[in-house]
Amino acid sequence: MLPALAFYALSAVAIAAAFMVIAARNPVHSVMFLITTFFSAAGLFILMGAEFLALLLVMVYVGAVAVLFLFVVMMLDVDFAEMKKGFLQNLPVGAIVAVILLTEMILVGAASLSGEATSVQPAAEGVSNIRALGDVLYTEYAFFFEAVGLILLVAMIGAIVLTLRSRDGVKRQNISDQIARTREDGVELVDVEPNQGIG
Amino acid sequence: MVIGLSHYLVVAAILFTIGVLGIFLNRKNVIIILMCLELILLSVNINFVAFATHMGDLAGQVFALFILTVAAAEAAVGLAILVVYFRNRGDIAVEDVNLMKG
Repeated sequence: MLPALAFYALSAVAIAAAFMVIAARNPVHSVMFLITTFFSAAGLFILMGAEFLALLLVMVYVGAVAVLFLFVVMMLDVDFAEMKKGFLQNLPVGAIVAVILLTEMILVGAASLSGEATSVQPAAEGVSNIRALGDVLYTEYAFFFEAVGLILLVAMIGAIVLTLRSRDGVKRQNISDQIARTREDGVELVDVEPNQGIG
Repeated sequence: MVIGLSHYLVVAAILFTIGVLGIFLNRKNVIIILMCLELILLSVNINFVAFATHMGDLAGQVFALFILTVAAAEAAVGLAILVVYFRNRGDIAVEDVNLMKG
């Protein structure tokens, strides 16, 4: 009874928050609702017995991606209210496509799963989820794991290269200039006349 | 009351549809479109984990892990492109993107 209740509560929150992501006027609120959605989805993952992925979802999305989104939203100086204008204008087409998509997906699911009273329950083995995942991740999927690491590296380098820029008027230390400096460049000997100054 | 595979699939389908609908509704705002992509990838992840648990095969969870990584990389690169675009144009309206005349 309790798992069913938890499932319905979590999925209701996830769907409502996901709807608010696309409906909120302020993008900052959208990011907050995105965090709510991911939190609820993490709860669903725990219900399915994927504890490691649930915690990973919270860490990666709430800890990294959402903060990244927040940074960008707050950094850009854009009139977001003006961007919301086409919202109702695009609603009919979007609603039609959404209804068709949802009906199709539910029909396919219902057709292929009908007759089976399948339950999604975490397998009660003696092995914890994270241990079972680690057992296959570093053996069977080792190459994929390394490929994913490579993807992260490329994404990191790409993001840095894209956003790096050399601005004018920024003072930087130029070591070769400093070393090439001689006494003649740096010191000027002035013969000061008495009572004249160096005007 | 048994929560079955189809329950999770329906939730994932609804989340996916909301993501697609969001792309339709917020055609001007790239940031919201990127968030909708994240929603779509999340729904795919829910499907993967549901099937992994249903079939007792961990491959689905491993794949969900990989999708999570790729989604994070995609968000990072997408937002970097967005920042550069804003720096060049002073605006992020997608409708005006015609630099390449595509």
